[in-house]
Parts: sequence; C-alpha cells; structure tokens
Amino acid sequence: MDNDTSPKVAPQATLDSSELVGRGNREGNRLFKEWYGRVSSGPERGEKAAYVFVMGSAAELFESFGFNLVLPEINGLQTAVRHVAEDYIDQAEGYGFATDVCGYVKADVGMQLRGGDHPMGRIPPPDLALQTNVCNTYIKWGEIWERLYHVPVVTLDIPGSRAAGRLPGRGHVDYENDLAYVRGQVDELVEVCEQVSGRRFDQDRLVEAMSHANSMTRDWVRVLELNKSRPAVYNAVTDGTVYLGAVNALRGRVEGADYFRDVVEELEYKASHGLGTPFEERHRLAFVGVPCYPIYRKFSEMFTQHGGIFVGSSYTWFASGGWSTGYEYDLAHPLDSLAEGLLVTGRAAMDTMFHVDRVLAEMAEPYGIDGIVFHAIKSCRTVSSGLADSRRAVLEQADVNALLIDSDHMDPRVVAEAGMRNRVDAFFEGLETRRLLAGARS
Amino acid sequence: MGTHVLDDWGGLSLDELLRDCRDLVEDPDYPTVRRWREAGGKVVGHFEVYFPEEIVAAAGLLPVKIHGAPIEARQGDAHFGSNLCSIVKTSLELALSGRLELEMFVSHPICDTARNLAAVWGRNVPYPCEILYLPQNATSRHAATYLRGEYQRLQRGVEEIAGRTVNDDDLRRAIAVYNENRRLLRRLYEIKRETPWLLQVDEAYVLVALGGRIPREEHNLLLSAVIPMLEQRGTAPQDRMRIVFEGGFCEQPPLDLLTTIAQSSYVVDDDLLIGLRWLSEDVATDGDPLANLATAYLDHSSYSPVQHDDRKPKEEMLLRRIRESGAGAAIISAAKMCEPGLDEQVPYVRALEAEGIPYFVNEFEENMTSFDSLQIQLETFIENVLFAGAEV
Ligand code: SF4
Ligand code: SF4
Repeated sequence: MDNDTSPKVAPQATLDSSELVGRGNREGNRLFKEWYGRVSSGPERGEKAAYVFVMGSAAELFESFGFNLVLPEINGLQTAVRHVAEDYIDQAEGYGFATDVCGYVKADVGMQLRGGDHPMGRIPPPDLALQTNVCNTYIKWGEIWERLYHVPVVTLDIPGSRAAGRLPGRGHVDYENDLAYVRGQVDELVEVCEQVSGRRFDQDRLVEAMSHANSMTRDWVRVLELNKSRPAVYNAVTDGTVYLGAVNALRGRVEGADYFRDVVEELEYKASHGLGTPFEERHRLAFVGVPCYPIYRKFSEMFTQHGGIFVGSSYTWFASGGWSTGYEYDLAHPLDSLAEGLLVTGRAAMDTMFHVDRVLAEMAEPYGIDGIVFHAIKSCRTVSSGLADSRRAVLEQADVNALLIDSDHMDPRVVAEAGMRNRVDAFFEGLETRRLLAGARS
Repeated sequence: MGTHVLDDWGGLSLDELLRDCRDLVEDPDYPTVRRWREAGGKVVGHFEVYFPEEIVAAAGLLPVKIHGAPIEARQGDAHFGSNLCSIVKTSLELALSGRLELEMFVSHPICDTARNLAAVWGRNVPYPCEILYLPQNATSRHAATYLRGEYQRLQRGVEEIAGRTVNDDDLRRAIAVYNENRRLLRRLYEIKRETPWLLQVDEAYVLVALGGRIPREEHNLLLSAVIPMLEQRGTAPQDRMRIVFEGGFCEQPPLDLLTTIAQSSYVVDDDLLIGLRWLSEDVATDGDPLANLATAYLDHSSYSPVQHDDRKPKEEMLLRRIRESGAGAAIISAAKMCEPGLDEQVPYVRALEAEGIPYFVNEFEENMTSFDSLQIQLETFIENVLFAGAEV
C-alpha cells in the first residue's frame, strides 16, 4: 500500500534554485511594505480608507470601489513584532480600557489617539468600516470607531454553525435562510459603499477583483496542501504568517494573484526537490492559536531548535478568513456569490476556532503530525477559550502528543518566556520518547 | 395549567415568600427543575442573555435560564482557560456535576467566550447543544425575516425533543402567558422606580430570577400575589441616594453584593437579568407568532453591551435609564474578565462625566464572598456625592 500522502508535483528542472527558494518571503515582505505605503499615502491621492477585519473582509467589494483596505489586526501585530505594542496598549489603558481587553483593540486605540502614527506608516482614519461577527470583539471594536469618528460602521452578520459538524448546504432551508440574510446585508453594504465613495457600484470591477481572489484561493489551498510533503516545504507559523499577510492585504488584487502563483511555484519546486525549511525536521507539528508576536523569533526557535517544524497551523485557516475552504466565486453571479463566499468562509473560520478538534483529528494522518501545540493567548477569547477542551478532545481521537501553553500575542507583560520554554522542552522530551518507542516497535 | 413546581405558598407572609424565593434562586440544585422532571417533564436550558422561551414553553417543555451559580467549578474549570469570566465555568459545572439535567442546551453568540461555551458544552454532554444565532445586525432590513427563520429552526429542534409539533395557537397561548409575565415584571420595576423603599434590589432580583426556573404560569400567579403585598408594605421611605446599577446583563453579582448596595442606596433601575426582561412591550398575539417574536426582539427591546444596534447607543440608553428612573448616580459594574462589559465601561464613564452624573466603577465575580471593602467604598462615594450636592 502506498502510504505516501505527499502532494504530487511535477519536477521543474529548469528553474534556478537560488532565485526561487525564499522568494515567497522576500516578495511577501516587499509587497507588504508597498501596501502599507499605499495605505499611508492614500489620503494624499484623495483615496478613502475602509477598515476591515481579516475574517469576513469583503475585500473584493472594497477593491471594486477603490478603497484602500486598512486591516487593524495586522497593524496590531506589527506593533508587537516591532516591540512597541506596549506603548500603544498603555495609551489605551490610560484612556480607560481594561487589562482584560484584546491587545489588538488597545493597540489600535493607542494608534488612533496618536493620529495614526504607526511603525509601518501613518494609518489614515476610517471613512467606512466593516465589522463581522466572526469575532465578537470586532463588533465592540467597530463601536469604538463609531464613537471616535462618526463614520458608517457596517455590521455584516454571518451566522455560523449551530453545532459541531452541522453544516447544511445549498437547498437546505436553514442554509437558504442564512444566505438570504447575508445576501441582503451585502446589498446594504453596497449602498453604503456608494454613498461613502461617491461612486456607482461597478460589477465589472467586482468581477475582476473576484477573479484575482479566485486565483489566490486556488493557490492558497495548494500552499496548504503542499506541506504534506516530507520534509515540509515551509514553516506554517513563520512563513505561513508572511503568506497570510498577503492573503489579507492583497486579496482581490492582481499582485496578490501573481504573488501566490509564484509561491506555489516555489513550494512545488521545493517539494519536487526534497527541499525543506532551513531547519532539521525531526517532529512534524500542528499549531493552534495565534503566534506569540512579542517574542516572535524566539518563540519560533523554541521549536525549531528541537527539530520541531510546524506543517500546519489553525491560524492559516481562520486568519485567512476561512479561504482554506477553497470556495471560489461564480463570476456570472458576483453579488450572490460574494454573499455565499462570505457565509461559507466566515462559517469555516468560526469552525476552525470553535471546533478545531475536528479539523486537527482529520489532518493528523495526512500531514503526518506527531504533536500539536495549543497556544492560548490572554487577549483572545475567541481563539483561546476552548483550547483546553479541544486538546482533551483531540487526544481522544488522534495518536499525537499535545502541549498547551499560554501567553499573549500582543502584550509582552504577560509573556513568561522562561516558563514557556521549560514546557516546550518537556514536550519535545515526550516527542523524542515517542520516536524511540516507535523506532523500537518497527 | 400543568405541573406546579413550587411548594404551596398560600398564606405565607411577604417576608416569608421573599425568603423562600431567595432560597430557591440560590440553590444550585435547581429543586424546581427537579420537581418538573420528576413529573415527567423535559427541560431546555438556555444561556444568557435573551432567549425566546415562548417557543420552548409552547411545546410543553420547561425553559430554564442558566446564568452561572455560586458554586465551585471543580470540573468546569478544567475545560476552560483561566482568563475567562466565572459564569461559563459554573454554568458548565451545573451540567457536568449533574445538578442540572437537560434535554437540550442553547447558547447565543453574545461574546467570544459564550460561543466557545456552546462548543465545549457540546463536546461533553450527550444531548443536543446548539447556538441560536440572534442577529447582530439589528438594523438590517433583513434581520426580522432572518430571525423568524432562525426561530423556526429552533422550533423544529424543540419539537423533536418534545416529540410533538407546535402550532401557531400553541405559540400564541405561550406568548399570552409571557405577555402577562412581562406586564407583572414591568410593574415590579415600576415599584422600584416610584417607591423604591417598598422593594429592595435583592428582593426584586430573586422575584425576577425565579421566573427563569419555574413555568411562567406559576410565576405569574406568584407575582400577582406578591405585587399587592409589596404595594401595601409598610416600609417608610428613607433619605437614600437613588442609583442605577449597570453591568448585570450576563454574569450576575452575588445576592449579598446586591444586599450590600441596598443597605446604602435605592437601586431604582438596573440591567440585572435583562434577558428575562428583554422585550419591553407585549408581543402581538394575532398574526404570525414567530414573526411577532422576531420583531419584538429587534424593535421593542432593551439594550446590553452584547447586542449591537445602531439605534441604541449604549451610553445614551444608560443616560435614558438614569433619567427615567430619577437616579442621581450610577454604579458601573462588570463581571471580572468580561470583555464586552469592560469595553462598555469606557463610553459609559465618558458619557456620565460629560453629563456630570456621579458614578462608581467596580468589578464583581459571582463567587465573591467579601463585601466589606465594597461597602466602605460605596458609602464613601455616596457621602461624597451628597456632600458635593450640599455644597452646590
Ligand atoms: S479577540 Fe482574538 S480574534 Fe478577536 S480581534 Fe482580538 S485577537 Fe482577533
Ligand atoms: S460574563 Fe461577559 S464574557 Fe462572560 S459570557 Fe457573559 S458576556 Fe461573555
């Protein structure tokens, strides 16, 4: 029996390895900076800013109206990786926000209070904002902008799964009820976009953006699948975060589609040549949660130094807005399909947070996962509240080791690095023992 | 009406009745629910904040409001992280410890923690657990139609549990019972507002909370008897500050905390257990009952930090509550680690400052047991306010 579940790739002998390998990261970082530059200079060109969240961004629609997308979660994480998050958080706490409020929210409040000053540029205030319910904190966050700026803050309510695994599809009365609701809200959103932008809705521009998004989606699914390769062709936490930045910031744009075509090319090349990450791969891991940005590099090294490579990450599922589902728009029915896409992907994003145990149990075998790292963060109750229970449920279903650690993705004051390192070390001892036992058995 | 779950209370004095109600509300073993089950009844538990109990009652089931409990979450703790409010842990504890047996559990997407609660609950019990997706886009033109469909979905699930279908007349009858209940609860709050010396905040609380664990027909009988007793209560008014308590929309402060507040002030309005009082007007009993319930939820309802509705900016709603109740100050509270509650404190405080209304900010936990420092702080706050008032 063929147990090789690695994705099949055609050898590409003509490509030059030095040009290809690492291109995704280099280009991703370049495009990301370019995007920040465009957002920052938007007001000079009279362009308007739409604040959206990574889960349920409706980026294609905003793109069609010529808005620059501002992604406040990404602004937040950038302050953390650049070690300035605490300043912003302090400012928000001084304004009245409690220590228990999500660090992303507070970093944004801090940034708004200092006129958009941010390490990546000057972020313009919103002309319009879209908040989905995929994370409830989004809604509370949007209410802050409403109060600060008195601009339209539109809610897009996406009903999620009512229970684990209950996913009625097309034709089912419940699905159709949800879809009609989302569809109606999309029309309402279009009306607001028209008012704020002063432009009429342009179906051709939407179709163009959707077509780029479709291309990105196909490639994104391929990127995720390619990490079934042994060795893994990228680290789903570190490289994966670079890719995620592009998924969100460039969604619906031609440079996004081009970028992901190139990423797939690079990763297929690596897969066909047996090239992995720069680190030894002794243990194939899945990551659940949001990375520890305040000590991003050291956090990653805690695992790579033991030969632990993240081949999958729930972050790449939900923080891509659920585009890991592979949903592609029907370009013949753009607004209908936009609504369905938002419903299907929004629901998937929620499922990969609230019912992550199911996805993990399914991916353990095809991805050859030995261990799962659950990273609960104080800020984020959406992702973290159920992790202890998910860990218990996964251990009942799959033969893997599992580690639960906690810190924060923003606030360095609650990151206890030494304690976390001890627990990670002990986790790898367990994985080594498992490996020895497996070796002895075979 | 069907099963009675309260002991015969005829002939009891007002104080005895209030004491018995308090005992029942504080009992984490839900004796009234047990009695219902012993008589062969089935139970649907629903979490905070609002739930359309009429749909469950119409099927002959007992809807039970789950809002945590003053218990140690021995099993519940292990299923959650540490940075969470207490109510989700103690609510789960009620189920895992067998104190509260259910045929179905329904939660709502009120906050990030509660949405996880539904998933965790579902992984750990054998009966159906689900989320009722109440709309978060209340001003959408499509929200009412959507919500009607969502209620219909709930109804189908309830019918399966009940083993019978529910028709429009069943629903209308249930709505009528709940309308009567709403009328009585409104009267209770009128008494608090107009003659607060007749009804303390902790007493009103137990009278409201009991409704979440007994059939509403029985609750109506009880309230119909208690309200005239309250109206004739001989308590004399005292020179106390009139105050609004805000922050009890989900996790509930311990009763002793409310008693402590009552010792130094008159709480003339509050958002305690607001879900049980969410619909502010009668629901129409003619026409399409599910559509009527949906419209009432959206258009004739209260407010809370976990419902987004552009028509009801929370700070303006709070100011209105203060004005309409004639309060001179507010306690702005939140359950510990309740993110939406804590978020809301910021605009509340700013609005109160802008209006020059004195306020007192605090956090509570349902399981806290020491109130001495709260009492001192509150008394100092009230003295300061009265002193400042005297100076003016
Ligand atoms: S609570 Fe979590 S998902 Fe929501 S904004 Fe904060 S970090 Fe993101
Ligand atoms: S107390 Fe607050 S955080 Fe906890 S479940 Fe209720 S609304 Fe959510």
